[in-house]
Amino acid sequence: MTNPEQLTIHEAHKLLITKQVSSVELTKAVLARIQAVDSKVRAFLTVTEELALQQAAQADKRIADGNCSPLTGIPAVIKDLICTKGVRTTCASKMLENFVPPYDATVIEKLYAEGMVLVGKANMDECAMGSSTENSAFFPTHNPWDLERVPGGSSGGAAAAIAAKESFYALGSDTGGSIRQPASFCSITGLKPTYGRVSRYGAIAYASSLDQIGPMTQDVEDAAIVMNVISGHDERDSTSVPCDVPDYTKALGKDIKGMRIGIPREYFVDGIQPEVAGTIKTAVAKLEEMGACVDWDVSLPSTPYALAVYYIISPSEASANLARYDGVRYGFSYKEARSMWESIEKTRQFGFGPEVKRRIMLGTYALSAGYYDAYYLKAQRVRTLIRREFDSAFEKYDALIAPTSPSVPFKIGEKTNDLMQLYLSDVCTMPINIAGVPAISIPAGFVDGLPVGLQIIAKPFAEETILRIAHAYEQATGWQQRKAPI
Amino acid sequence: MKLDREEVMHIAALAKLGMTEEDVSTFSVQLSEILESFEVLNSVDTTGVPPTAQPNSLCNVMREDAVTPSLSSCDVLANAPRKDGEFFRIHAVLE
Repeated sequence: MTNPEQLTIHEAHKLLITKQVSSVELTKAVLARIQAVDSKVRAFLTVTEELALQQAAQADKRIADGNCSPLTGIPAVIKDLICTKGVRTTCASKMLENFVPPYDATVIEKLYAEGMVLVGKANMDECAMGSSTENSAFFPTHNPWDLERVPGGSSGGAAAAIAAKESFYALGSDTGGSIRQPASFCSITGLKPTYGRVSRYGAIAYASSLDQIGPMTQDVEDAAIVMNVISGHDERDSTSVPCDVPDYTKALGKDIKGMRIGIPREYFVDGIQPEVAGTIKTAVAKLEEMGACVDWDVSLPSTPYALAVYYIISPSEASANLARYDGVRYGFSYKEARSMWESIEKTRQFGFGPEVKRRIMLGTYALSAGYYDAYYLKAQRVRTLIRREFDSAFEKYDALIAPTSPSVPFKIGEKTNDLMQLYLSDVCTMPINIAGVPAISIPAGFVDGLPVGLQIIAKPFAEETILRIAHAYEQATGWQQRKAPI
Repeated sequence: MKLDREEVMHIAALAKLGMTEEDVSTFSVQLSEILESFEVLNSVDTTGVPPTAQPNSLCNVMREDAVTPSLSSCDVLANAPRKDGEFFRIHAVLE
């Protein structure tokens, strides 16, 4: 068949089980697509061609034996922050440029058990710190919808790869919006699950009370399929929650009549692009037309404090997590030093890029003697207020809807000199991590040819509610079928 | 909140982050700007509000203390920048 790389997971699966296509054919098509477009998109840090073809051949054997589950033989790309045994995992940092993990992350073990074909590792902002993938220590990734623009971040390589059809699906990670904002910028589907839904064992830690791994896919059904595999308790991640995993695909194909949807007004003020706000309101009107009961004026009054809370808590946790990079056990090491302390200081000076250093400094300051109460503890208390507001909203509403990003994708270089502007890029997504609730971004239309993402938020472990609404909207509008002009 | 040169160097020392003079002046300006934006939190009344350290309700998570295989020392040392037999090698602690 022609262009099988354009298929979704569920379409490819049907062809695999009816022997109309093989995993090797799918994999070769994806590798050829990478060869053809990635010199422009630059989504990949590593392409694992040989490994992928071996895994595809194994998947084909498995399919011939009648043992084909929904992800068997389907090519995937993984954000380069998730450890893959024997495959270089850099976190897009010079610090880990040559790091080859001796083990697989839990999510990778789970995907391999289903017969994943790994085609490569995706570019990102260094250590997941950023909103544009411009902070990669290696090179920026370009948005397939407009190569002069950023793909968002930090999972920008993963989002761009899916939009450019260089892989069927990806895993990303989301600490303050790093799955959803690039999904919005690249017009794909990106789900940040509930904190504790998916094991982070083997994901390189950024801010441990906020980080979560999730699927980045071409449509909502594919996101449900990946969630079915990666979710669940893992005793190697003590924050993963021991509760049952539903079949997420059962949430799809239902109507949304009578579902209660709230629109929080704080997500529509201060600096949001009017065309983005308009697009989101049109989408909500569509949901209303489909039978949802919409309350157009909900208030989550602590929302304006989320940015400060996030930029205190995440760098504080990062400063502790990144203390492990000492040049002793793995990673870059400054070898010309005369003493241990000089070696550690120089290793960190030359191994980390400017944004990572800035956040380590900020976090170290917020945790240091005399400032802990004023910054870190204060932020944790305001965090409680933000969580409580979500809790009470979800007593009245099944879901909240907001823009994923206040703007369409911006130009590469446009915000690099304005830190606070860049930090504002995640203003609609950070509160969700602070509260630990799940949220998805799905395509909701375009402004001058540039994608706009719709964010659907629900209470903890209500991913099924999110998928149900997202799927109904997607099926009614068809935005996910638009293909990037590359 | 303004961070002066000495404070930036103090924080860098705590973080074990080597720095050039240029880095120190850049961070002094940038960190001051960011810290200033945090002042908005002073207007929030958090009297009697407990802190949230992480958002789910799990507490004191325990598992069986069972013996399971771990990585071989060969695997553990495979990424080490400097090693000596079965050991990581570091620079002299005492000068």
